[in-house]
Amino acid sequence: MTESVERKNAKLIRILVFVVVGMFGFGYALVPIYDVLCEVTGLNGKVEASAVEDVGYDVDKNREVTVEFMTALNEATPMVFHSEMKKLKVHPGEYYTVNFYAENKTDKVMVARAIPSISPGAAAEFFKKTECFCFSEQTFQAQEGRTMPVRFVVNPDLPEKYKTITLAYTFFDITETSVKK
Amino acid sequence: MSAVVAEHDDHHDHHDHGPAKGLLRWIITTNHKDIGTLYLLFALAMFFVGGAMAMVIRAELFEPGMQFVNPQFFNSMTTMHALVMVFGAVMPAFVGLANWMIPMMIGAPDMALPRMNNMSFWLLVAGVLLLASTLFMEGGAPASGWTLYPPLVLQTGNALPFAIFSVHLLGISSIMGAINIVATIFNMRAPGMTLMKMPMFVWTWLITGFLLIAIMPVFAGAVTMLLTDKFFDTSFFDAAGGGDPVLYQHIFWFFGHPEVYVMILPTFGVASTIIPVFARKPLFGYSSMVYATASIAFLSFIVWAHHMFTVGMPIAGELYFMYATMLIAIPTGVKVFNWTATMWKGSMTFETPMLFSIAFVVLFTMGGFTGLMMSVAPVDFQYHDTYFIVAHFHYTLVPASVFILMAAGYFWLPKWTGHMYDERIGRLHFWLSVVSVNILFFPQHFLGLAGMPRRIPDYAVQFADWNMISSIGGFIFGASQLLFLYVVIKTINGGTGEKVTDEVWEDAAKHSLEWTLPSPPPYHSFTTPPTVIPTEHI
Repeated sequence: MTESVERKNAKLIRILVFVVVGMFGFGYALVPIYDVLCEVTGLNGKVEASAVEDVGYDVDKNREVTVEFMTALNEATPMVFHSEMKKLKVHPGEYYTVNFYAENKTDKVMVARAIPSISPGAAAEFFKKTECFCFSEQTFQAQEGRTMPVRFVVNPDLPEKYKTITLAYTFFDITETSVKK
Repeated sequence: MSAVVAEHDDHHDHHDHGPAKGLLRWIITTNHKDIGTLYLLFALAMFFVGGAMAMVIRAELFEPGMQFVNPQFFNSMTTMHALVMVFGAVMPAFVGLANWMIPMMIGAPDMALPRMNNMSFWLLVAGVLLLASTLFMEGGAPASGWTLYPPLVLQTGNALPFAIFSVHLLGISSIMGAINIVATIFNMRAPGMTLMKMPMFVWTWLITGFLLIAIMPVFAGAVTMLLTDKFFDTSFFDAAGGGDPVLYQHIFWFFGHPEVYVMILPTFGVASTIIPVFARKPLFGYSSMVYATASIAFLSFIVWAHHMFTVGMPIAGELYFMYATMLIAIPTGVKVFNWTATMWKGSMTFETPMLFSIAFVVLFTMGGFTGLMMSVAPVDFQYHDTYFIVAHFHYTLVPASVFILMAAGYFWLPKWTGHMYDERIGRLHFWLSVVSVNILFFPQHFLGLAGMPRRIPDYAVQFADWNMISSIGGFIFGASQLLFLYVVIKTINGGTGEKVTDEVWEDAAKHSLEWTLPSPPPYHSFTTPPTVIPTEHI
């Protein structure tokens, strides 16, 4: 009697410990699942992290979409960062280049990375960039300032309801982590 | 020299066969009643520690402006109050009840895994001490709220790794406790105690056990990601490295939503145990209670993002999480109607445990309704992160879980100690608590609707009046709980001197097995399995 209860306990514990380990793994599995879901649905305005091919679209001269540019610095990143214009009216299908200016205000070499975000998030997949400083880490010498272009196009397939798209960049100082690497 | 040796030899003839004597008994014990007592006393102590933190919060909010503490410490207090109350008070109290009651309710001699039982208790103590130690560290205790959202939580000072390891220890302790309870319920039931004859408290704990086993590892994973983000250059939640802080919120609430049911399901179980005894009727709709509990547990896994309506979600997501959340009102409504139907035309008496239980049914329903209000995604944008949510979850935790824990204390103290508690002080405790808890939390609904944000040490003057009233209610509620401490100590030391019977409450033995044992019960509960299984509760 006691013997069999002990065996039943051991069997049950094995199963439950297996569930515990599995759920710990599931927590980590949520990371790639989340990325895939964001990519598929365009949630959070996540955009491609690399340049797209230069595709010739039919330019829709009758339609105007306002693209707004926002710049931000994470925490106390010692930089100056702004775009040459606050907003631009664009025709879907036409390519535009907008310059951004960033400057390292410290006396040391700084590695920084700009993270883009597009809102509304559902419009992100229609916003294509062929050139962007956000595709790679940017190294700034001490007190160096630099003008960096972003070349983009709004896909004419963008649904009619979107009149305004906001493109936001946040610069992160990643000197410490990139030095370690 | 030889004298010392001789003295040393004298100790050798001393061997224990029963419970160890003195303090060591409590450290090495593997007895379910001893460990249950340890859990309950520890939870009571933590209830007062967490309560003291709440008093600091209410004192600071008594008037607008900065009075007693700096904003950093204030935020540490809201964070630590929540962590201590959730992981140090409410959860351990229910594990303590499970330890004491489940073996007696299912006719078992002890828990299935007694040594693991001891270990899970002492890991809990270690975890809470580790958490408490962060209060004295450079940079202060965590001040990011109990949800530990990045990037804010990553700005915590030296305390961050200690808080994270503390969460790991508390998680391991909960998982071991849950495995033990599930194993006990599956493998230790007396012959004839089929699953559908088990008391509701046992049923709710079986389901809670599975919830804990499923969610605590996920939380452990989330805080481990925080740890590696901070110290090992991973970028799970760091946008600079391609991560996303919103991911943390998803993982956290995948744990966090079932976690709130971990605190409420055993509450339902105790309420379903107490109400039939004092209504002198069987529980109305026993099997629907079981299915409702299981449904709530299942739904809890698929509604988490209703905590995040405002972080940005496609409309389809908002709609799905809104409707799924509303669905929970159905099994919960089944429960409330069942408790009401149990009391309907019953021969009710109103001893302290019943008073607390009735207050639970009424006030928990109010907390449930405000939850239903917030499940409506468009209006949640107004309620989100205001005092309305504070009022909501305190209604579902204080006059629900805490009241039911008080009810359980009054209900089973005579069984545990063999002494009767002082009914007059018990009722005084109840009336003070039930009035003050409403003075404390009801005005917070108004504050939230008017736009007062949560987790702030100072506020605009238009919120002054209701905050003062809320604080006064808080002080009365806090002070009233000292009556409970007094009752517990007095009952342990002999109570009213009235001799209690095995049943304690009229016909209680028809409802559940623990009332067939003597009061107090023997050290080992059922060394031979009981022959008659009570079925009055079904």
